[in-house]
Amino acid sequence: MRAEKTNWGATAMFLAPAVFLLVVFLVYPAIYTILLSFNRGRNGLLAEWVGLDNYARVFADPDFFSLGVPPSGALWNNLLWIVFYTSFVVFLGLVVAVIASRVRYESVVKAVVFLPMAIAATALAVIWKFVYAPDADLGVLNALLGAVGIAPVPWLGSPQIVNAALIAAGIWGSVGFATVILSAALKGIPAEIMEAARVEGANERQIFFRIIVPMVSLPMSVVAVTLVVNVIKLFDLIFVMTQGGPGKSSRVIAFTMWQQAFEAGQFGFGSAVAVVMLLVLIPIMVFNVRRFRAQAVT
Amino acid sequence: MTALDQPMAGSQPLTPAGRIVVALNRSAIHLFLAFVGLIWLVPTIGLLITSLRPRSDIQSTGWWSIADLTLTIENYRQVLEAQGMFQAFVNTVIIAVPSTLLPLAICALAAYAFAWVSFPFRDTLFLVVVALLMVPVQVAFIPVLTMFREVLPAFELTRGYGAVWLAHTAFALPFGIFLLRNFFITLPPDLIEAARLDGASDLRIFRSVVLPVSVPAIAAYGIFQFLWVWNDLLMALVFVQDASKFPMTRAIQNLLSQYGTEWHLLAAGAFLLMIVPLIVFFALQRYFVQGLLAGSVKG
Repeated sequence: MRAEKTNWGATAMFLAPAVFLLVVFLVYPAIYTILLSFNRGRNGLLAEWVGLDNYARVFADPDFFSLGVPPSGALWNNLLWIVFYTSFVVFLGLVVAVIASRVRYESVVKAVVFLPMAIAATALAVIWKFVYAPDADLGVLNALLGAVGIAPVPWLGSPQIVNAALIAAGIWGSVGFATVILSAALKGIPAEIMEAARVEGANERQIFFRIIVPMVSLPMSVVAVTLVVNVIKLFDLIFVMTQGGPGKSSRVIAFTMWQQAFEAGQFGFGSAVAVVMLLVLIPIMVFNVRRFRAQAVT
Repeated sequence: MTALDQPMAGSQPLTPAGRIVVALNRSAIHLFLAFVGLIWLVPTIGLLITSLRPRSDIQSTGWWSIADLTLTIENYRQVLEAQGMFQAFVNTVIIAVPSTLLPLAICALAAYAFAWVSFPFRDTLFLVVVALLMVPVQVAFIPVLTMFREVLPAFELTRGYGAVWLAHTAFALPFGIFLLRNFFITLPPDLIEAARLDGASDLRIFRSVVLPVSVPAIAAYGIFQFLWVWNDLLMALVFVQDASKFPMTRAIQNLLSQYGTEWHLLAAGAFLLMIVPLIVFFALQRYFVQGLLAGSVKG
């Protein structure tokens, strides 16, 4: 129908600022970083080519990845985050959404759980650093343990516990996101289906796993993908709560990238870590582009 | 309908035992939700109480010992004046306002082109924007800093706010364009075609037709972007290198590394950082939730 001539003037006027900034600040830098990852990268300049040397050093670095028993390193910690943070946030988000839907004060529950989404990761980090304070007269968690006769636990001071403690704080911050999205999806389940199941004698657990979970599985996967992407880019929370410590036990990929590039001045190494981040995200990028094209066609 | 109604009525528990089961279930639900409420409120309330207690009290007893509660705003006064948090608050505002308005304007323009201007490779180019959504900002840090230093040394962008404004604006574009384009495309085509037939230019259609009906979507995105920048630490860490221009997130990080156990300062600082997002959250909750969720749901 509309075989119009391209209005180049209008196109340029609307697109020029965005295209200029995207090319200068995102596309060109991404290519430059890929090149830098094969270079010594002194001062951020392409001076001395080193082949795959940076990647060899990244993967030989036990602080980045080490296949011990148990495995450790930034890459492994990020994997722990992806598995535990994502599954707990989605599961708890759905449970809170389902149970809150049964009461009149549903919107209050959702607002309370969603509140941490509004505040800075820096503030969230201070809140939880305080909860985890090792002194039982300061940290509420150790005070509670003390009340039942358990000695204070160094939540953020022990390499064995620190990742679990950080992930718990992260879960607390994100459950509201899952709750709000999944709660909207729940409203889309026809009431007749639930009633029919109850009539047939299904108990609450069967209704949850056989009806609710399958019917909201699509929004659940959307939430999960969003969480995985966020967690691969995770930085602020770790930086403020532990600086990757104790030692280097709670580092994640984005923290290693920042630390290597801007504290140690290792631009080649830092670029290689950034490229690893990009590579990890590319499958999700392809997935999103495919999904978008499929939607656009239908 | 009737087939469903009948067994439904029959399934209502009428026996006393049935009523007790229902009542127990109800109270289990309320108990669970009360527990959820406690877990989500206690950590924040604990820090709020701490921010209002005198330093000596904080060091001797936990915030939950309410028996001897004395409240003071001394911590806030101290962190604002002596620790420079007032300047940091101003810096956060100075960083956040242009870093919200610039992407808003640039994204709205580009989104209109992607939705309603026809040009070659439009849909391919838009897929590139969708792909750029996933590119982590980390891949841009080193080249952009090098570029500021080597290509534009005279501007000293990282000494002022210029670098962080530009970086926030550029990195916001993929999401903003994606979100607004997906909204603009849902506008009725007749609306735009009618304006075209009347001889309106694209700029005029954009200003007088598209923008006025898109205020809710643009507001939702604007609030999202504003809070994103307000809450950001990473970009400020990389692109703001003059200590007198640090935003609150960096000021709190500095407090933490200097006085890791001075909880009277940390608690007050954290609440100063939270106050604006909390006001926005309670005042504009609908827009805020929409803005935050639209991208992931529509995606």
